[in-house]
Amino acid sequence: MKARYLIPLGIFILLAVFLGIGLTLNPREVPSVLIDKPAPRFTLPDLMDPERKVSSASYSGEVWLLNVWGTWCPECWKEHSFLMHLAHNEGLKIVGIDWRDDRAEAIKMLREQGNPFVAVGFDPDSSAIMDWGVYGAPETFLIDKAGNIRWKHTGALTPILWQEQLQPLVMQLKGQ
Amino acid sequence: MKRLLLFFLLMAMMLPAVARVEAYHFDDPAMEARYKQLIDELRCLVCQNQNLADSNAELAQDMRRLTYEMVSKGESNEAVIAFMVQRYGDFVLYRPPFRTSTALLWIGPFIILAVGVLVLVAFIRKRGKERMPAMGSQDQERVRRLLEDKET
Repeated sequence: MKARYLIPLGIFILLAVFLGIGLTLNPREVPSVLIDKPAPRFTLPDLMDPERKVSSASYSGEVWLLNVWGTWCPECWKEHSFLMHLAHNEGLKIVGIDWRDDRAEAIKMLREQGNPFVAVGFDPDSSAIMDWGVYGAPETFLIDKAGNIRWKHTGALTPILWQEQLQPLVMQLKGQ
Repeated sequence: MKRLLLFFLLMAMMLPAVARVEAYHFDDPAMEARYKQLIDELRCLVCQNQNLADSNAELAQDMRRLTYEMVSKGESNEAVIAFMVQRYGDFVLYRPPFRTSTALLWIGPFIILAVGVLVLVAFIRKRGKERMPAMGSQDQERVRRLLEDKET
């Protein structure tokens, strides 16, 4: 008979556990549907020289990072020095897409902070971005030699992310 | 004077409501209705508890523009939705599809309702039994006598 009185307590604990799980989830982490799918193609005008084009096709057969950024996004400024490190010390090929930005501002930022990108496409009106399912900046994609997206991260890249997730995957993909 | 001030204050508060986002023009009212239905059902990924119609985020503007372009080109609702899901996943849908991963979401309320009904029925039955203790033969005799008295 006593067990009856434990029912509300049981329900409460169950509820608390579910709410606890809900609270620790990050709602910003929308699972990407593009993982292991072919990377969408894009051809954009070059940020540095509007006459030239930056195209995803030029990187087929390589392992490369696509980094979506803009001077309006504080997190992009924060991750910039780490991108510099990845490009210059880790030998990563990083292609940038400057999203919804002002061309002069973006060029100024790269001049002052250094340029980690092998090329930067300029996408002021989200023409290429939509295909990649980008909803915030910075967003970073890892593309393998076969042209498939293998990894994606929303938010700034950090040394911990690099060590724990990205680096092992890059090593593996480059070895293939 | 105070009233006038209040009036202007209230008017000022209404300004954000007037400052509606871009308006798209459709030649065909049916297309416009479809556009409105779509931006009502698609979810903005930046301000996650708003649909495209409510959200003023830049991403929502882009997504509305895309929806507009697709609808005015004559693409079906399904095509627009498929396009969005392909890029952003089921997350963009305010009306998620029925799958194994969403089964609990769809069936859950009915399970809870069924459990509630069962508990209620059990409760009522139990109370009914408690309220009606069996009548002893003495009581039955008394009832019979009382009824007979009334009739005569």
